[in-house]
Amino acid sequence: MDFKFENIDEDFRSEIKDFVEKELPWNWREQDLDPEDEKDSVLVRDFKRKLGDQGWLTMAWPKEYGGQAASHMRQVVFNEEMAYRGISAGDAGVRMVGPILMLYGTDEQKEQFLPKIANAEINWSQGYSEPDSGSDLASLQTRAVEDGDDFVVSGSKIWNSAHADSDWMFMLVRTEPDAPKHRGISFVLTELEGQEGVTIEKIPMMWDAYRGLVTFDNVRVPKKNLVGEQNRGWYVGAALLDFERSGVDRPARAKRVLEDLVEFCKENKKNGRLLADDPVIRNQLAELAVQVETTRLMCYNVAWMQSQDLIPNKEASITKVYGTETVNRLYGLGIKIMGLYGQLDPDSKWAPLKGRIENAWLRSFGGMVAAGTSEIQRNVIAQRGLELPRG
Amino acid sequence: MDLGLNEAQQMLKTTAQDFLSTECPDTYVREMEEDERGYTPELWTKIAEQGWLGLIIPEQYGGVELEFQDLVVLLEEMGRYMLPGPFFSTVVLGGMSIMDAGSEEQKQEYLPRIAEGQIIMTLALTEPSARWDAAGVELTATATGDSYTLNGTKLFVQNAHVSDYMVVAARTGTSEENISLFVVPTQSDGINQTLLKTIASDRQSEVVFNDVKVPSSALLGEENKGWETIQKVMQWGAIGKCAEMSGGGQQVLDMTVDYAKQRTQFGRPIGSFQAIQHHCANMATDVEGSKFITYQAAWRLSEGLPADREVAMAKAWVSDAYRRVCALGHQSHGAIGFTKEHNMQLYSRRAKASEILFGDTDFHLENVANIIGL
Ligand SMILES: Cc1cc2nc3c(=O)[nH]c(=O)nc-3n(C[C@H](O)[C@H](O)[C@H](O)COP(=O)(O)OP(=O)(O)OC[C@H]3O[C@@H](n4cnc5c(N)ncnc54)[C@H](O)[C@@H]3O)c2cc1C
Ligand SMILES: Cc1cc2nc3c(=O)[nH]c(=O)nc-3n(C[C@H](O)[C@H](O)[C@H](O)COP(=O)(O)OP(=O)(O)OC[C@H]3O[C@@H](n4cnc5c(N)ncnc54)[C@H](O)[C@@H]3O)c2cc1C
Repeated sequence: MDFKFENIDEDFRSEIKDFVEKELPWNWREQDLDPEDEKDSVLVRDFKRKLGDQGWLTMAWPKEYGGQAASHMRQVVFNEEMAYRGISAGDAGVRMVGPILMLYGTDEQKEQFLPKIANAEINWSQGYSEPDSGSDLASLQTRAVEDGDDFVVSGSKIWNSAHADSDWMFMLVRTEPDAPKHRGISFVLTELEGQEGVTIEKIPMMWDAYRGLVTFDNVRVPKKNLVGEQNRGWYVGAALLDFERSGVDRPARAKRVLEDLVEFCKENKKNGRLLADDPVIRNQLAELAVQVETTRLMCYNVAWMQSQDLIPNKEASITKVYGTETVNRLYGLGIKIMGLYGQLDPDSKWAPLKGRIENAWLRSFGGMVAAGTSEIQRNVIAQRGLELPRG
Repeated sequence: MDLGLNEAQQMLKTTAQDFLSTECPDTYVREMEEDERGYTPELWTKIAEQGWLGLIIPEQYGGVELEFQDLVVLLEEMGRYMLPGPFFSTVVLGGMSIMDAGSEEQKQEYLPRIAEGQIIMTLALTEPSARWDAAGVELTATATGDSYTLNGTKLFVQNAHVSDYMVVAARTGTSEENISLFVVPTQSDGINQTLLKTIASDRQSEVVFNDVKVPSSALLGEENKGWETIQKVMQWGAIGKCAEMSGGGQQVLDMTVDYAKQRTQFGRPIGSFQAIQHHCANMATDVEGSKFITYQAAWRLSEGLPADREVAMAKAWVSDAYRRVCALGHQSHGAIGFTKEHNMQLYSRRAKASEILFGDTDFHLENVANIIGL
C-alpha cells in the first residue's frame, strides 16, 4: 500500500497549475465551458492548441508518434488537474482516432491525420450510435456500399457532437449486411465539412447544449479512408491504446463542486440559520464528499492496474457506474441545498454560482447513459467480472 | 503508488486464509457464539504461534515489528472468517494503547506477554451514555497518596470477561479532556462484571468499578493526557473494524455469487436473472470501494501521516457499504439465508455491530463535515 504519487508527477502537477492559471483565457472558478457547445468550442479549441504545443495533449502517445509515453499515473495527474478546473482536455482525436490509426492506419492515413490530431487541428465527432442502435451498437444499420474508389454511405448517426464545429467523423458503418452482426461493420473516416449529402441537425437537450443528428444521403467516402480491414470495423473501433481510462475527471470535477458548495453553505442562510450549521446539510454534503473520495480511489486503482499491465475490466465498469451516479447525486444535493434558488437557469441574475449546478445536474443524467449505460456496465461487472451466467 | 498488497502482505494474507479456513471454520464460529468464553485457549495459543499477536509489536518486546497496514491485511481475513475471541481487543485496543502511551517499564511488562499469548487485554472506554467523546467518560479516578481509586460504570467493554487487564479511561479533572488511562487487572477488588447479550454474539460486558484501588504505576502515560491516546486508538480501532468489514464483505459477495450460480429457479440459475446480476454488481462496487478507502487510511496511519480525514471517510463509507452488501446478499439468497444454519446471517449480524463501533456513519460524517470546512 502506497497512495502517494511520484515526486516528479507531483512537480508536474504544479507545472500544470501554473500554466493553466497563466494561459487559460477564461476564469475557471466562475465559468464552465462545454467543448461540444458551439459558442464555447472555439475558446476550448484554442486552449487545446496551447496544450498541444506543450506536448501535453499527446503525452500518452508512444514516442515514435511524437508522444511522451507518459505513465498512467502521470496521465491521471494531468486529467485530474484539467478536470478540476473544468477543462475538458479529453479529445476524441487524441484518445480514440489517433491510437486507432497507430494500430490499424495506413502510412498515408497516419501522415495525413496524426500531426493534425496532435495539434488539435481537427475536431472529431464520434459516429457510433444510431436512432435504432444504442446499447446494442452492433445492430447498427448505416450502410456503406462499394462503388469504384468510394463507399456510398446512407443512414443516420445520432447523439454525436457533429453540430459543434466538427470537421470529421469517425464512424462505424455496415458494409456486409448478410454477415453476423459484428462481422459486417467497417470503420471509416468521413469529412463533414462541405460534404455533399450530409445534413446536420441540432437536437436541443434538456441541459444547455445540443447533440447532433447527422443524416447521410448517398455520401461518397473515399475507400482510402477505410481504417483497418473491411468488415473488421467492430474490432478496430474497440481498439484502445494504453491510455489511462479511469474516468478520474469525474471525482476531480466533483471535488471542485464540493468546494463551491461548502463556500455557498458558509455564506448563505436558510430559515435564518447558516446552511453550514444545519446538521442535515452537514451530514449530506459530508456523505457526498466521502462518495467522491471513494470514486477517486476507485479511479486510481483502474489507472494503477493499467500501469501494472493488469486489465481493468469489472474495475473500469464499477468506476463508471459509481462515478456517474455519485456526480448525479452531488449536483442533485447542490440544488436542494440552494433551495428555491437552485432551480434558476444559468442566465438569471439570481442564480447562485451562475446556475452551474442546475445545468450540471441536468447534464449529469447523460453521464449514466453515454458510453455504456449503467445497466450495461452492471451486466459487464456481473457477467465478465463475476462470471455469472448470461441470461 | 502501489494500491495492492506487497509480497509480504500477500503472503500474510495467504497464510491467514490457510490457517483460518482450517482452524476457524464456520462450525467453530457457531460453537463460539454459544460458548461461555467465546474463544478457545487452544486456538489462542496457535494464533500466538503464528506471531500474529505480536505482529506490530516492536522486536525488542518480542514482536514481529510489522506495520499497521500489515495488521489490516490480517484483520481483513479475520473479518472474512469471523474469528471469534479477544484478538482485536487485545492487539488493537489494549496493545496499541500501551505501545502508544506506555512507559518503558510498562511496555516491558505487557507487550512481550501479549505477543506470546499469555495475557488478554481490552479497553474500557464507553459508559452508559454510549458516547465516543471525552465528555462521555464520567468514571472517576481520584488520586490518594501513591494510588488511585476508580469509581463508575463502563459499558460495552469487549471481552472483559476473559481479559487479564483492562485499559480504563477515567476522569481525573474537570475540563472535558482531563482523561487519564490506567492498566487495571480485571480481577481487582471492587470490579463487578455482567455479560451483555449482543446482536453479533460477541462478548461485551457492563463493568462496575466500586472503589477500585490501583497503584500510581498503573497510570498509562501522563495524567490528564489520556484522551490523546484514546483518539489514536479510536482511529486504529475504526480502521481495524473497516478491514474486518471489508474482508467480510468480500466473503458475502463471493458466497452470493457462488449461490447465484448454483441455485436454479424457473429452470435456470438465478444468477442469470438480471435483477440478481445487478445486486451482485452493486455488492462488488461496495466491496471495491471498501477496500481502497480502508487501505488509504491504513497506509496513512502506518506512515504516521495526518489521517483524520481519511479515517473518518473510511469508517463512514465502509459501515454503510458492508450493511448494503449484507442486505443484497440476503435478498439474493432468499429464505435460506435467514436460517441459523446459513452463514449469511452470521455476517449480517456482525455487520450491524461493526457499523456502530468506534463511531457510526453519522459520527464520522460530522468529522468529515468539519474537515471539509463546513
Ligand atoms: C450526453 C451523451 C453524449 C453522447 N455522445 C455520443 C457520441 O458522441 N457519439 C455516439 O455515437 N453516441 C453518443 N451517445 C450515445 C450513447 O452511446 C447511447 O445513448 C448509449 O449507448 C445508450 O443508447 P440509447 O440511448 O439508444 O439507449 P438504449 O440502448 O435504447 O437503452 C434504453 C434503456 O434500456 C437499457 N438497456 C438496453 N440494453 C440493455 C440490456 N442488455 N440490459 C439491461 N438494460 C438494457 C439501457 O440501460 C437504458 O436504460 C451519447 C449519449 C449521451 C447521453
Ligand atoms: C419469513 C418467511 C416466511 C415464509 N412463510 C412461508 C409459508 O408459510 N409457507 C410457504 O409455503 N412458504 C413460506 N415462505 C417461503 C417464501 O415463499 C419463499 O422464500 C419465496 O417464495 C422465495 O423463494 P426462495 O426463498 O426459495 O428464494 P429463490 O426463489 O431461490 O430466490 C432467490 C433469489 O433469486 C431471485 N429470483 C428468483 N427467480 C427470479 C426471477 N425470475 N427473476 C428475478 N429474480 C429471481 C429472488 O427474488 C431471490 O432474490 C416463507 C419465507 C420467509 C422468508
